[in-house]
Amino acid sequence: MKGNEALAESAMRAGCRFFFGYPITPQTELAAYMSKRMPKVGGTYLQAESEVAAINMVYGAAAAGARVMTSSSSPGVSLKGEGVSYMAGADLPGVIINIQRGGPGLGGIQPSQSDYWQATRALGHGDFHIVVYAPSTVQEMADLAYSAFDVADKYRTPVMILGDGMLGQMMEPVVLPEPIDPATLPEKPWATTGHAHQRPHNVINSLYLTADELEKLNFERYERYAVIERDEQRAETYLTEDADVVVVAFGAASRVARSAVNAARERGVKAGLLRPVTLWPFPKRALEETIPTAKAYLSVEMNMGQMVDDVRLAVSGRAPVDFYGRTGGVIPTPDEVLERICALSEKVGE
Amino acid sequence: MTEEKKEAKVVFERPHALLPVVTNYCPGCAHGIVQRLVAETLDELDVEGRTVGIAPVGCSVMAYDFYGCDMIEAAHGRAPAVATAVKRVHPGNVVFAYQGDGDLASIGMAETVHAATRGENITIIFINNAIYGMTGGQMAPTSLPNQVTQTSPYGRDVATAGYPVRVCELLSSLDGVAYLERVTVDTPKNVRKAKRAIKKAFQTQVEGRGYSLVEVVSTCPTNWGMTPQDAFAWMRENMLPYYPLGVYKDVVADGFANAAEAAAARSAACPIAHPEAMAEGGAR
Repeated sequence: MKGNEALAESAMRAGCRFFFGYPITPQTELAAYMSKRMPKVGGTYLQAESEVAAINMVYGAAAAGARVMTSSSSPGVSLKGEGVSYMAGADLPGVIINIQRGGPGLGGIQPSQSDYWQATRALGHGDFHIVVYAPSTVQEMADLAYSAFDVADKYRTPVMILGDGMLGQMMEPVVLPEPIDPATLPEKPWATTGHAHQRPHNVINSLYLTADELEKLNFERYERYAVIERDEQRAETYLTEDADVVVVAFGAASRVARSAVNAARERGVKAGLLRPVTLWPFPKRALEETIPTAKAYLSVEMNMGQMVDDVRLAVSGRAPVDFYGRTGGVIPTPDEVLERICALSEKVGE
Repeated sequence: MTEEKKEAKVVFERPHALLPVVTNYCPGCAHGIVQRLVAETLDELDVEGRTVGIAPVGCSVMAYDFYGCDMIEAAHGRAPAVATAVKRVHPGNVVFAYQGDGDLASIGMAETVHAATRGENITIIFINNAIYGMTGGQMAPTSLPNQVTQTSPYGRDVATAGYPVRVCELLSSLDGVAYLERVTVDTPKNVRKAKRAIKKAFQTQVEGRGYSLVEVVSTCPTNWGMTPQDAFAWMRENMLPYYPLGVYKDVVADGFANAAEAAAARSAACPIAHPEAMAEGGAR
């Protein structure tokens, strides 16, 4: 299956019956798959008039208690920022897919990771985080889409899957998860479904004009974020136990980095790979485990250097942190990365 | 005393769908009247328990604290998108949005037009008072030519600021729309007419006939700088000639069961819109 289609099918198997989107490349197959399959299972595929409308439909469906998602690519995700901020402010769960392309502006349609900052730092206005997953295989596109809905519901937060055009478009074998019947999902007593005169009215809202009240709510939300940071960090490590040079890479770039690490090992260079699966929360604990042996870190990204900020924060000056990246839709080659690993190894080996 | 109370007959009381709270509206504001009419309608149709209301950004931003039904506060202009999704998730819910002119006809125009053309089975209550009230009186999409506001201090110059949007006229061309009426609430007679229109709009939704919208031509004494009486007089003199009251679309009055039937009749000559005619060999 294509990554985009595996993600879409898996989301439906997680009980998602509502999809709101707007056409954009390279997430195209995802929406097309939803438009084909949703009517067959009694779900809703609605092509919105804009990404702005789509994310506000996600807001509405989430408020009504449904498992709901939207998908887009970089420029479209910028438009969704307002709605995601409102979802965070109103504590609404929902899943947002970004199949990234090169930017800024209209940019290009080739794979990119240049929305790392947007996803982890500044998708919308205000004090908030969203959980961000970075799949690196078609299987992981499916698996993370499936669990994203559980995480969204558990913490009442928007969750993003940050893919890219390469993962979305490529085909790999995939084992799909077991379908969940949405009717069997736990009730959401806070949802606006009509009170039937059985309970006080529910209100979904993010407006608090009293500063003290808003501060208190933000404090409470950040307590929830602290739990997410403690319990939801995910990363994969590969050959890091004795690594001198730890390459840090996510998504499509991590596939290139893994090849480069293997090639470095063949040359006798002790290289390893730390692959964040969650970008927020950044897997600081997994990185911490590499600190005792690592002599240097190399962040490899398909952008001008964004995740490297988080690597530097986590390393906190205890080892040098280097960066290698290609941008604008160019994918780095294993040889390029290998060269940087070897150069770094020589430098810190002296 | 007790005996007297027993004999007393209630002739006027707060609608159940309106919570016993103090609103944030200025003295003389018509929001209170219109919100009451909506609440009376929810009571009379006995739908409060299955109603979800969407509050806008604007003076009625806190309407979620005033209505007794479940409520959602939407981002500026996005109420029709939010309402669309709520209705799709729970088609049995009665879903309405309560919006002002800036919210509905400026920042939310795309959401307004597309919810209408999709024929979303929702009800929109649209308050048109030709000004942004909450932010202190700026020019609105419905501000009249030469109307002085905070951001049109020399009067709205149509050469640079363009012309006001007539929402009912604009939406009346869209096939998803079942019912559109423009009313006002300046006199008891007109309040009763407005109530009938609002009730009809909700009935249109309950009966599944398609999109319904009631535009209430209203005032803003505070930002217009007038007494409530003078504001209504200014409204009658200037707004009603620009925004004539009346029914702008009523598919039932036109002899159709719903918006879909009316749309089908209108597109009768278009083969692809009528596969049933194609199957009969009437088209390629």
